[in-house]
Amino acid sequence: MVDTGYDEWIEAIGAGEGYYLDCPEDHGSLPPRRTCPHCGALELAERPLPESGTVETFSVVHVASPSFADDTPYATGVVDFGPVRLTGVIRGIEFDDLEVGTSVGVGVEESETTGEPVVVFRPR
Amino acid sequence: MTAVRVAGVGLTHFGRHPDRTGRDLFAEAALAAREDAGVPREDIEALHYGNFMGALAERQAHQGPLVAEAAGLSCPATRYEQACASAGVAARQGIKDIRNGENDVVLVGGMERMTNLETAGVTESLAIAADELYEVRAGITFPGAYALMARAYLSQFGGSREDLAHIASKNHHNAVNNEYAQYQREVTVDEALDSPPVAEPLHLFDACPITDGASALVLVSDEYAEEHDLDAPVAITGSGQGGDKMALQDREHLAQTPAATKAADEAYADAGRTSDDVDVAEVHDCFTIAEVLALESLGFYEPGEAIGAARRGETTRDGDRPVNLSGGLKAKGHPVGATGGSQLVEMTRLLRGDHPNSDVVADAEVGLTHNAGGTVASAVVHLLEVVN
Repeated sequence: MVDTGYDEWIEAIGAGEGYYLDCPEDHGSLPPRRTCPHCGALELAERPLPESGTVETFSVVHVASPSFADDTPYATGVVDFGPVRLTGVIRGIEFDDLEVGTSVGVGVEESETTGEPVVVFRPR
Repeated sequence: MTAVRVAGVGLTHFGRHPDRTGRDLFAEAALAAREDAGVPREDIEALHYGNFMGALAERQAHQGPLVAEAAGLSCPATRYEQACASAGVAARQGIKDIRNGENDVVLVGGMERMTNLETAGVTESLAIAADELYEVRAGITFPGAYALMARAYLSQFGGSREDLAHIASKNHHNAVNNEYAQYQREVTVDEALDSPPVAEPLHLFDACPITDGASALVLVSDEYAEEHDLDAPVAITGSGQGGDKMALQDREHLAQTPAATKAADEAYADAGRTSDDVDVAEVHDCFTIAEVLALESLGFYEPGEAIGAARRGETTRDGDRPVNLSGGLKAKGHPVGATGGSQLVEMTRLLRGDHPNSDVVADAEVGLTHNAGGTVASAVVHLLEVVN
């Protein structure tokens, strides 16, 4: 399935050229987007995603949906990059060492179950 | 304003009914509600019906007319899908119908059939209540999403898994004598703590079960109740609905649910009540942390204060404001599209005195129900009152 807006975004993340959308009031959001979800502005510009973010919350998932069945256990988290937050899988750190506030970078890797692209955070 | 009376209520047993069709489950609840109300079939002018995953679980969409037919109705019938708040919004629409004078008698409720799917299928189906692009593709399950909220809460405000286990234990205790509940058995705090992890910090006994079931209520206008001399001592006096961003990552708060606050504020204003007036509440505890977030959003506690409410005995059956005397979603079960209706059914029974736990709140006059969709991207709150 082609998802215009999202597909380009995740390819850019994978190429190390991640971006977010910025409105004239400096509200951040992610594509596909025609209007700022915060103020309704229609003028949205692509801006580079900051290189690192901090883990704001996380979970270690033991029971997954079928598309992540072979990935378990895996950590997911919401990471604050300043203008936007991203959600993804956290790799490259022992679960016991993972904590709120951990600094991570973002990339795109494959789901172990399906091979589909997944937003992945790794400590940096 | 036209008052809305609850003329009759009906539930199926909540639990495993994998061989029963959804239409049969809803018919059972609807016929029970009709019998309880004593309202002629032909007087019911509309059906507002909640269902979430029927297109996946039963390969059946367009369920409104299907279940109306099964319930013996020949009236306009509409299905509402708002994830776990489906029946809540369906009921709210029925209430609006009566209040705006369009109808005098409506049937509201919902149904979900879930246990005919394997656990993996249910997990996948429930996950579609989250943002497909930015949450589901990132490995978020429904328990996983609430786990993110739980971690954020515990990190921001403190509290422990043991506090959460007390909520599970409390709600199971309340369900023991509720014949409609999926789990009529006690769960100790230690059992809850020792259950296997699902999405840490949440473990199995922090989660509601997978459930089949249906709920239904006959709602009537005050005028209709008087004209037909109905015994309908409970009225819905306040209704509110709130919304928030769909994905957790786009929310202002990860450890608060402002959609429920908006819904509650609207419902309180509608009824001319405040949170202090509420004697008893049924809140959406799909996970133990959800009960905490609900109690704070509804104004019963300040942010960060509700985590210990069950452990301190404030929301237990002998506390000042008992919460989830039905057993809640945790022990009564959570047939997603039926849940909001079942909360209204349970609260009606609690207030009119024919619930097995009515003696716990014998003097209660004001009850509140809180039904949340997804990770509370939507919320519906209703106030019910004893009016005579």
